[in-house]
Amino acid sequence: MFVLIVGAGRLGSAIAKSALAEGHEVSVLDADPLSHERLDAGQDKSWEDSGGQFTVGTALEIDALAQAGIEHADVFIASTAGDNTNLVIAQIAQRRFGVAKAIVRVMDPARADWYGAQGLHTISPTKHAIEMFESALSSPPEGEQASPSPAQGRTGAVA
Amino acid sequence: MYAIIAGAGKVGRNLARELIAKGHEVTLIESSRPSYLANEEEFEHAIQYGEATELWVLERAGIQRADLVIAVTGDDEDNILVCQVAKEKYLCERIIARVNSPRNHDHFRLLGIQPAVSATDLILRLIEHEVPRYGLVHLLALEEERLEIIELEVAADAPTVGERVADISLPEGCLIISVLRAGSGFVPKPDTVIQEGDEVLLVLDPGLEESITAYFAPNGQPAAF
Repeated sequence: MFVLIVGAGRLGSAIAKSALAEGHEVSVLDADPLSHERLDAGQDKSWEDSGGQFTVGTALEIDALAQAGIEHADVFIASTAGDNTNLVIAQIAQRRFGVAKAIVRVMDPARADWYGAQGLHTISPTKHAIEMFESALSSPPEGEQASPSPAQGRTGAVA
Repeated sequence: MYAIIAGAGKVGRNLARELIAKGHEVTLIESSRPSYLANEEEFEHAIQYGEATELWVLERAGIQRADLVIAVTGDDEDNILVCQVAKEKYLCERIIARVNSPRNHDHFRLLGIQPAVSATDLILRLIEHEVPRYGLVHLLALEEERLEIIELEVAADAPTVGERVADISLPEGCLIISVLRAGSGFVPKPDTVIQEGDEVLLVLDPGLEESITAYFAPNGQPAAF
């Protein structure tokens, strides 16, 4: 699969590395040239030597998207720091370039739900964090005899 | 009418003032706290603090009953998303978005955000209208209604000089509605003769300018568009 990832922050760079390790073709687009360092960090070889592609540019520029190879992308991942940017570029990927699968990071749970219902694959880290905090809150304090509960079981599923 | 305006910058503030002065109900939404506080004294309950792209903020402003949503923040993604949820989630019938960077105009169109207004594009169009080519001036263009009124100056050796209006066979979809001569205008009769230096007003279907210009330009040369 050809995976195009826009936004190489902590999330985007980690997904990029694991997707490349899985044997996928991976292209990363980020407005900050220095974010390339995150792709090299902790690796034996540089990102390019490992077969990865990196383009500097913003995702609202059609030229940058084209250079990053959006025309051949099977999966588009929008993982910039901004919800609004992610939601707009994922829709551009879907509607203008016909990318089959657009996965979007949306911190705001309410909009993750609504745009999810509109055909975007939204993932809300906030929503997952809320669930984990709630389950941590309802579990017994450390050191006390804890009986296995469904709430605790969920913690492992998300991590 | 009830209008929600996202962004209390220069554009948003002045729009709000004008609409309120015309007797409309307005809520401004501003995401920067300093800017919100600076405008609160003037707009009182008509301004709210918050991110207009967040659903609860729009709902708090009463988007369910809004007749018009105007997104004029300085951020094109924000303007697109505010209008998109207004239209598609809250079924607001009328939206207007501001395009900050003309390069993003395509994105607005792609996502169905219309009308999208770009100051740069507007000024460019005005420049084109103000600098007449072969004396052509656009007086009125109603895109939706597909109607245009243009003014043309009749050149000395134009093919229509000395012709009676009745004898000029203009293409389908246009009509000479007025002639301005020596400082005053009149509605031409079939036997009015076109003279050099006349300014003729025509009503026409959009897209006919080029072929019409040929009738009044020197040697029948079409205008270069």
